[in-house]
Amino acid sequence: MPNIAIQASGLVKWFGEGEAKTMALKQVSLEAQFGEMVYIVGPSGSGKTTLLSVLSGILRPNEGKVLVEGVDIWGLNSDQLADFRLGKIGFVFQDYHLFPRLTTAENAAIPLILKKKDWNESIDQAKKYLEIVGLKSRSDLPPVKLSGGEQQRVAIARALSGEPDILIMDEPTASLDGDTGQAILSFVQKNVLNKNRCIIVVTHDDRINEFATRILNMVDGKLSEAEGKPA
Amino acid sequence: MIRCSFLVMLSGASEFTNSINKTHDMKGILKLAYKLLVTDAAKFTAMLVGISFAVFLMMFVTSMFSGVLKHASSTIINVGATVWVMDPAVNTVSNSIAMPDYVLDAVRSMQGVKYAVPLYSGGALVKLSDGNYQTVTVIGLDDTSLFGRPELIEGKIEDIYAEHGFIVVKDAEFTKLENPHMGSTFELNDNRGVIVGIAKVPTTGLYGIPTLYTTFERAIQYIPNPRYTTSYVLVEPKSASDIPQIEKQVEALGYRARTKEEFMQRTEHFFIYETGGGTNMLIMTLISFIVGLSLSGQTFYTFILENLERFGALKAIGAKSRELVGMILFQATFTAFTGYGLGVGLCTFLVWLAKRRLPSYAAMISYSNLAIALGMVVVIAAVSSYFGVRRVLRIEPFDIFRG
Repeated sequence: MPNIAIQASGLVKWFGEGEAKTMALKQVSLEAQFGEMVYIVGPSGSGKTTLLSVLSGILRPNEGKVLVEGVDIWGLNSDQLADFRLGKIGFVFQDYHLFPRLTTAENAAIPLILKKKDWNESIDQAKKYLEIVGLKSRSDLPPVKLSGGEQQRVAIARALSGEPDILIMDEPTASLDGDTGQAILSFVQKNVLNKNRCIIVVTHDDRINEFATRILNMVDGKLSEAEGKPA
Repeated sequence: MIRCSFLVMLSGASEFTNSINKTHDMKGILKLAYKLLVTDAAKFTAMLVGISFAVFLMMFVTSMFSGVLKHASSTIINVGATVWVMDPAVNTVSNSIAMPDYVLDAVRSMQGVKYAVPLYSGGALVKLSDGNYQTVTVIGLDDTSLFGRPELIEGKIEDIYAEHGFIVVKDAEFTKLENPHMGSTFELNDNRGVIVGIAKVPTTGLYGIPTLYTTFERAIQYIPNPRYTTSYVLVEPKSASDIPQIEKQVEALGYRARTKEEFMQRTEHFFIYETGGGTNMLIMTLISFIVGLSLSGQTFYTFILENLERFGALKAIGAKSRELVGMILFQATFTAFTGYGLGVGLCTFLVWLAKRRLPSYAAMISYSNLAIALGMVVVIAAVSSYFGVRRVLRIEPFDIFRG
């Protein structure tokens, strides 16, 4: 496996046309390696989420290139791109987006089900990931019966069950209190990050900076290395 | 050529296998769709109620109408003649217009006619032993041939020639004549009648009145009649190919010849288009459709809207658009067919219950009723899923990130 997980260069993205045109990304370049947990921090509206979407094959840039494990993802067609996301990328959304009426095990099994694996096999495998995030005993409960931190862990288990090389976490602590947020990121650093996985975290919560390998600043559509090393 | 056909067959078989594999591949995704649907019990129930109620309404109305149409043609079915000659103004078999005797003679002499017999069909009043009167339909069969006679379950057909002899039909209306038995007597227009046979017929009448069979001569003797007495001339053609020329000859005579099927169609046409029944049925069908569509369609759309973000999340994770469309179509189809089954079941149960209480209850569930309701359900499912699919296809995973 090559050591470079993501290599993006000259990314430009704008929304709207004419007077309404807004530049979200201005010539952004980025490189992330396996074994890294890279934070992208910055104020609201700075383009963090846009960058995350472009890097993960969700939003097509107007200019620039994204290579993930050496593959130019924006050269793929929509089906190939969907397969690519399913196979290589795990998502942890800010609002979790769990199905409230499915059990936590069923929620966690979704990437496996989308990969056309047998239902029961998928559930069994998902339970293993729920065990990793410490929620095996809650695998038959619906997410609404869980706390915010537990729901976040279900979302992480869901992202991990697809065994992705790259984990994308969008504002993972936004809906959590400070202690829970720290516990979640500490857990991710210790149990999820490894030398074969790259984690990109978008956040504006500087209380969790200690878990980052590298922090990048996003301001007004431009990306720069943050000053100083993370604690 | 043969090789080419073989290759086409092979490719067809391979496509079929692929489609089976795809369906198999979709199994987990469809199970996910199923779980998402049925675990939202409130919405699923609302959709089922909407579709079941619409199907029930439509089935009930159309089955009532089907029953009416079938029972309205009961005499045509029971007598079973191939060709019926009648006055051109006749709309239904029960509203006969008597024809002069020469029509019978003229028809008998027509080319292609094997034989022709008169039939009397009319109403009369029977005085019951308690002094009450009961309306009856009297069918007068040709004295010589007794053509159109019913199947007897008691008695012998030749006893119809006995003095005052009548055969009573044992159907749902039988009890209205105080459950007569062999030898029972009654008064019909001040004439004595005796039950000499009990018969059964394939179809009971529409108007809920008992039926008596007797000879043509006795019928016109017992029942006051205008100048003419022949209600219909029943014709047996030499062959089916003779029917068109018989119809032409009868038309030249100023009358109308209709085959059994044509006469039944004429009766149906009358009830559908000339009584307002068809319009009422159409209105009820439309109402059922609107009720079903508005209840189920709207609920299904709300269900999709509520899950829109999650569908977007699935898209972001890696679900393809066609898989999401498959999920929605499955949900809509599953709901529609479950609702259809419940609606048909409910309607069948109520018709069965009604027939137990009212044996002459006219409702009849036919394949066409089932097909019409199925068509409506398919349209409801298609319309509901169309709007859902549009929304799901439009959602961008990027919107999920943006919240």
